Amino acid sequence: MSATARRTGAPSDRPALAVRGLVKTFGEVAAVDGVDLDVAQGEFITLLGPSGSGKTTTLRMIAGFTTQTSGTIEIDGLNVSRVPPYRRDVGMIFQNYALFPHMTAAQNIAFPLEMRRTSRAETKRRVGDALALVKLEGFGARYPRQLSGGQQQRIAFARAVVFNPRLLLMDEPLGALDKKLREALQLEVMHISRQLGATVVYVTHDQEEALVMSDRIAIFSKGKIEQLGRGEDLYDRPVSLFVADFIGESNIFRGRFERDGDGGSVVRASWRWRVGPVAVERAGIDDGAAGALVVRPERMRIVGPEDDGSAGANAIEAAVNDVLYLGSMRKYELALPDGQPAVVREQVGTSAADWRAGDRVRLTWTVDDGVLVADPRG
Amino acid sequence: MALPGLPAGRSGRRPRGGPTVNRWAWLTLPAVVFLVVLFLVPLVLMSLRSFTEPPNAGLANYGEFFASEADIRVLGNTFYIATISTIVCLVIGYPYAYLMSVAPPRVAGLLLIAVLVPFWSSLLVRTFAWEVILRDTGVINSLLMGWGIISQPLSLIRNTLGVILGMSQILLPFMVLPLYAVMRRIDPEYSRAAANLGAPPFAAFRRIFLPLSLPGVVAGSLLVFVLALGFYITPTILGSPRETMISRFIADQIQQRLNWGLGSAMAVILMILTFIVLALASRAVRIRDVFGALGDES
Amino acid sequence: MTESWLRPNRLLLAALGALTVFFLVVPTSLVIPMGFSSSQILTFPPPGWSLQWYQKMLTDPQWTNGFVNSLEVATLTAIVSSVLGTLAALGLVRGRFPGKSLVNGLILTPLIVPVIIIAIGMFSLYVRWKITGSLIGLVAAHTALAIPFVVINVSVSLRTMDMNLEMAAQNLGAGPIRTFRRITLPLALPGILAGALFAFLTSWDEVVVAIFISTARFRTLPVEMWEQVRQVVDPTVAAVATVVLAVTTTVLLLVFVVRRQAPAT
Repeated sequence: MSATARRTGAPSDRPALAVRGLVKTFGEVAAVDGVDLDVAQGEFITLLGPSGSGKTTTLRMIAGFTTQTSGTIEIDGLNVSRVPPYRRDVGMIFQNYALFPHMTAAQNIAFPLEMRRTSRAETKRRVGDALALVKLEGFGARYPRQLSGGQQQRIAFARAVVFNPRLLLMDEPLGALDKKLREALQLEVMHISRQLGATVVYVTHDQEEALVMSDRIAIFSKGKIEQLGRGEDLYDRPVSLFVADFIGESNIFRGRFERDGDGGSVVRASWRWRVGPVAVERAGIDDGAAGALVVRPERMRIVGPEDDGSAGANAIEAAVNDVLYLGSMRKYELALPDGQPAVVREQVGTSAADWRAGDRVRLTWTVDDGVLVADPRG
Repeated sequence: MALPGLPAGRSGRRPRGGPTVNRWAWLTLPAVVFLVVLFLVPLVLMSLRSFTEPPNAGLANYGEFFASEADIRVLGNTFYIATISTIVCLVIGYPYAYLMSVAPPRVAGLLLIAVLVPFWSSLLVRTFAWEVILRDTGVINSLLMGWGIISQPLSLIRNTLGVILGMSQILLPFMVLPLYAVMRRIDPEYSRAAANLGAPPFAAFRRIFLPLSLPGVVAGSLLVFVLALGFYITPTILGSPRETMISRFIADQIQQRLNWGLGSAMAVILMILTFIVLALASRAVRIRDVFGALGDES
Repeated sequence: MTESWLRPNRLLLAALGALTVFFLVVPTSLVIPMGFSSSQILTFPPPGWSLQWYQKMLTDPQWTNGFVNSLEVATLTAIVSSVLGTLAALGLVRGRFPGKSLVNGLILTPLIVPVIIIAIGMFSLYVRWKITGSLIGLVAAHTALAIPFVVINVSVSLRTMDMNLEMAAQNLGAGPIRTFRRITLPLALPGILAGALFAFLTSWDEVVVAIFISTARFRTLPVEMWEQVRQVVDPTVAAVATVVLAVTTTVLLLVFVVRRQAPAT
C-alpha cells in the first residue's frame, strides 16, 4: 500500500504543524486571538470548543482558505503562511464531505492525483488502494448521490489521503451522521489514521468524540486555546472554570481563596473547603482572590446528615431533588443550602444507602479530589 | 512530494483587510458596457429627443400631450384596460396558484407546465389565435351559429372585451408564478393548526393563508399591471381604435407621423408611470423577487 | 391533502383549475388544426385536411427567409447573451464592489421597461448607426432583452452551489483556473444552458423591437407574421404559427432535459 504509506524521511523531532501567534480579525471582532500549537508527526489532535470559539477559523487558516491577520503557520518545517490552499499539500475532510456531485467516487478520489499530474496507471492503482483502504472496492463507479452518508464520508476520507498529504484536517466530518454510525466511524477514522501514520487536526464540538479519538485535545474559547492536553489531563486537572464546565459534569463551589501553609481553603459564608497543596500550586492564584473549587460528580459521596464522613474531608449539607437511574450508574441531583445545584454519580451497588428525593444528606469528598481554579466572575 | 514554499504575497482567496473591489467584480463589466451602450444610451437619447424635436421644443411636446383630450383619453384607456386585466388575472390566477400549492407534486408539476409553456410561447401567435377564435367568422361564432344558438355573429373582437380576454390570458402566467412562489412556502401546518384551534375552513383561509399570500398578490398584480401598461401587439390586433393604448399611440407617432418629439414625450411619460408603479410596489415587495420568481421555476 | 375539512372546496377548486388550464392551453392550440385546413379561409372546424398551406409556406421566400433569419438571430442571441450573462452572474454573485445593486438594477431593467420604449429607443439610435435591418442590429437588441434571463438562471445555479466544493478542489491541489474549469463551470452548466435556451426563446418570440429594427431587406419570422396578420389572414399564417410553437416547445423540452441533468448535491 505504497499509495498511502507513511511519509518517510520526515524527521520525527520536527513538528508536523507549528502554529505561532495566529490571529484573525473580522472587522473589530477577533475570531482567533493568538493561537499557538505544535502537533507532532503522527499525532491526532482535536480542536474542541463551542461554536464561535475560533476552532473552525483556525482549521481554515491551516488549510489556507482564510488568510490570517497575523502569525505564522509551518507545515513540516515549511512556512506556508502565504501559500495558497492548492499548494499546501494538506488533505481536508469537510463537514458535508464536499464530494463533487458531477464526478464518480473514483473520479473524486483521482482528482488530487490528476492535479499533481500523476500518470494514468499510477492514478488507477492508487485510487484502487484508497478504495480498498476505506473498504469500498467496487463502489468507484457510483456518483456521490448514489452513496449513503457513511459511504460518502469514507470516499471523502479516501480522497483526502490518496495524495499522501503532509497533514490531514477534518472539520466535524461525522457531524451529519446518526449516533450509531458516528461511533463506528470514529473508531475507523482513528484506526486508519494511525495505520497511515497521518498527522490529524480534527475539529468537533462533541466532547465524547474528542475524548475517544484524540491523542491531545485543545479546548478553544473566545479565539484562544484555553487548555491543551490529553483527555485525562483536561478532565482531572482543568485549568479554568470554562474547561471544567465544558468537559464532563462538575460541581463548582465558588468563594474566596485563603492560603495557609502549603495548601489553602475556599471560603464562602460559613463554609470552608480545604484545597490540597498540589492543586494550590497548579492554580497559582493569590491569597484573597476569587476562587472556585471543582469536584467531579463521581468523586463525591453522599452520607447521612449526621455523618461527619472521614476526618479531614470536605463536606456540605444538601437535599436530594431527583434520583436518575442510568443503567450501571445512578445520578443524584441535589440542591445546596444556597439553592445551587449539585450532582453526584455512583456506581449502582456501591452506595451505602438508597437515597430518595427529599432526603437531607451531606456531600463529602477528599481534599485531593478538589481542583482549584480562578473564578473570573468572582 | 513536498512542495517548495511560494514567494510571499501569493495569498489565497482575498488579501488582508478585505478590499472594496475583488477580482470577480470585473466580470460584470462586459454586460454592463453592452447594456449601457446598446440599451441605456438609446433610451436616454430617445428621452432627450422629446425636448429637442422640433428644435427648442422644451416642454412643448408634453404640453401638447396633456392639452389634447384625445391623448389623455388614450392614457385613461391604458390604465383602464391594465386595471381590468390585472383584476381578471388575479381572480383566475389566485385559485389556480392555490390549487398548485396544495396539489400532489405530480399534479402541481403538470399545472406548472400548463403555465410555463404559454409563458414562453410567442405572444404574437397567442394573439393571432384569439383573433381566429373571436372574429365574426371565428371559432366561437361559427360553432354557435352552426348549433343554431345564435343567428347573428356576436361581436367579440375589435372591442374592449376582445382586448381584455387576450391580454388576461397572455398575462396570466405573470400572475400565477409569483403567487405560486409565495404560496408554496406557506407551511400547510399553519392551516391545520388553525383548524385545530377551532377555525372553520373559510376562517382559517381568511385569517391565515390569505394574509400570508398577500406578498404574492402584490407582486403578481404589480407585474401584470406594469406589463399591461406597455402592451402593444395584443390591443392593436384585437382592439379597435377606441381601445388604442399608449404603446400603439407611441408607435403610430413614430412610424406613421414621424413625430419623434411627441412620440418620445409619450414614451417618457409611460416610462415614468411604470417606475412610479414599481416604486410604490417596492414598498410592499422586493422588485428583484418579483422577477426572480420567473427565473426560479421556469 | 386528504383532510376532510378541505374536501368540499376541493371539487370546486379542481373544476376551476381545469377551466384555467383550458383557458391557457386550448385557444392557442386551435391554430394547429387551422394550418392543416383544406379551406381557403380560416374556418372552424376545418371542412377537410390538406398540407397546401405548409407547401405554400415552404415555397414562399418571405416565410423561408424569415424562418432562417429568426433562427440565426435567436442562435446568436443565445450565444452572446449567455456569455455576457454568465460573466455578469459570476460577478454579481461572487463579486464585491460599490454600486453592485445599481449594476443589478441595470441588468434587470430590460425586463421592466415597456418594450415599445426599448423599440423606439433602439430604432432611433440604430438608424443612425445604420444597423437596422441587419443581423447584427437584431442580435444586439435581442441580447439586451435576453441577458436578464441568463443572469437570473445562472445566479440561481451559483447561489445553490456548495462553496465547499470549490474549497475542496483547491485543497486537493487545483488552482483558481482549474477549479473554475473542473468544478464551477460544470456545476453551473445546467443553469447556463437553461439561460441560453431561454435567451433563444426570448429572441425567437420577440416581435415589437423586431418590427422597428427590421427592414424589408431583413425580417424575422414574427415580423413577417405581424405584417400578414394585419393584412390578409389566410391559413398560411396558422401553419407558420404552428411552426413557431413547435420550435418553442422543442426548446422548452430541451430546458427540461438540461434541468434533469443537473447533478443533485
